[in-house]
Amino acid sequence: MTLPALFRRSVLAIALGASIATPAMAQERELLNSSYDIARELFSAINPEFEAWWQEEHGEEISVNQSHGGSSAQARAILQGLRADVVTFNQVTDVQVLADAGLVAEDWQQAFENNASPYYSTTAFLVRKDNPKGIESWDDLVKEDVSVVFPNPKTSGNGRYTYLAAWGFADQAFDGDEEQIQDFMRTFLANVSVFDTGGRGATTSFIERGIGDVLISFESEVNNIRSEYGSDDYEVVVPPVSILAEFPVAVVEQNAERNGTSDLARSYLEFLYREDTQRLLAGFNYRVHDETVVEEFADQFPETELFNVEDVFGSWDEAMETHFEGGALLDQLQRR
Amino acid sequence: MNQRASRFAGSTRVLPGFGLSMGISVLFISLVLLLPITGLFGQLAGLSLAEYWAIITEGRVVASYMVTIGAAAVAALVNAVFGLLLAWVLVRYEFPGKRLLDALMDLPFALPTAVAGITLATLYAGSGWMGKLLEPTGFQVAYTWVGIALAMAFTSIPFVVRTVQPVLEDLPAEVDEAAMSLGATDGVAFRRVIMPHLWPALVTGTGLAFVRSLGEFGAIIFIAGNMPYETEITALMIFVKLQEYDYAGASAIASVVLFVSLALLLAINVWQGRFVRRLHGGKG
Repeated sequence: MTLPALFRRSVLAIALGASIATPAMAQERELLNSSYDIARELFSAINPEFEAWWQEEHGEEISVNQSHGGSSAQARAILQGLRADVVTFNQVTDVQVLADAGLVAEDWQQAFENNASPYYSTTAFLVRKDNPKGIESWDDLVKEDVSVVFPNPKTSGNGRYTYLAAWGFADQAFDGDEEQIQDFMRTFLANVSVFDTGGRGATTSFIERGIGDVLISFESEVNNIRSEYGSDDYEVVVPPVSILAEFPVAVVEQNAERNGTSDLARSYLEFLYREDTQRLLAGFNYRVHDETVVEEFADQFPETELFNVEDVFGSWDEAMETHFEGGALLDQLQRR
Repeated sequence: MNQRASRFAGSTRVLPGFGLSMGISVLFISLVLLLPITGLFGQLAGLSLAEYWAIITEGRVVASYMVTIGAAAVAALVNAVFGLLLAWVLVRYEFPGKRLLDALMDLPFALPTAVAGITLATLYAGSGWMGKLLEPTGFQVAYTWVGIALAMAFTSIPFVVRTVQPVLEDLPAEVDEAAMSLGATDGVAFRRVIMPHLWPALVTGTGLAFVRSLGEFGAIIFIAGNMPYETEITALMIFVKLQEYDYAGASAIASVVLFVSLALLLAINVWQGRFVRRLHGGKG
């Protein structure tokens, strides 16, 4: 082949390549939702709904991408430059970290209804068939012959909720008597047989390895586990008193601005509050706020007394400081 | 050019390309090794010496050193014995399936460690195949330090086999035949003739296996049970610090592991140099 021919050919190739590449680059806007580990299936269901809704309302084709991982690991990734437009976490503290770094608005909890938490859950128990140890509430978990499985509060937000729920229960039961609460917590923690690093690991230990009499996790998660692994073999117990677990959402404003998706990001999070989406969320065993949906699903969610982290522990920051930091209460209670 | 020639004047180097290859080596080492380590120490810069000391001597962290070092030592010693045996079998005997066994040896390197950990936990938990057999005898593997050592031994055995194997291959069978024809018994031939050649490789392999075990996370975390003060490994402590956004704390603990590993590898290198010199009747 002569040189000019080669040249012509390559020009052609480049032109061809460009013409193929252009449609893909035709300004189809993308939204990246950074979320917690066990929300993969949930957002796989929500995202197509949102894409269709946006298309209908604005006549624009968009796509929503998901990224999942431990909530804290996700926040760390964003701090280090992952350009997520919105976060949907299971930890208030992980959004707060982003707010402290200036990536999320300081008043993010006021940006959306219900403390920017479109749905919520609580901490509940999964016990083996017929509940042989008769576990109904938190004080059954400190009995000598009960062995408990929940993820490590040091590495898992899910585990932190469990710890705080047990503490909140003891706080109520012992009328705030610090010494009695700590005794209760010490026994409770000593009854733990395995500390997995995350929620799914704890599930594996309980289900596949047959360890423990009770698995403690989010109500949504224990219900999902039960329907996945056989409703005949396991029972869900929702204790009469437990903690309110919020699932906070926020726009990562710095990123959304840079990606030109601010309007999209906001609509996406507002979309989570719409009746249809709330129904979908309730189908995934999350508790929701929409009154029509709440009524429809009334049977599915037993009435319980839920307390706020803020009510019992002051604030998340205080709870982290007095309980979970190195050398703090959790470390002291586990010391042998 | 002149300068270079004069610098190397009198050197016996015959291969060309030293400057270029050395340059690339240094660049590569800098990018792949030194840069991340510098980053690690950069994280440490925010700590005062007192804070650093407080983090690395915290009770729970110290307990994790004990667990990690103890289990890694057991795993390394077990691997030293069985790794040597495996290398011996692979080099000195011919048998069907030898190639397959040889290839299997690298499996722990190829397998994602988390998969290994989950598999081991499944096998050795009370409901697993091995657990069912062992648990009635009162010997619990999963969720104890034995499980940790087992996971470490699994991930690090290739280090011993793969360092000893080539040395054994270079040692012809005639050597032990000669020893025995000169009247040495099996035991003496093995101890006095073969082992001296193998020691450096065996110690290096064992050292590498030990150091590898110190940093292992994925394989161990699923079988350890992670009970505070009992079965928590140091790598988990680092992970915990990261979960708390405490980069400096994580780096501080990581630096301890790094120092121990470096010191051990350096010590092995120095010892090896001396040993080899003595073996070959050098001036040392």
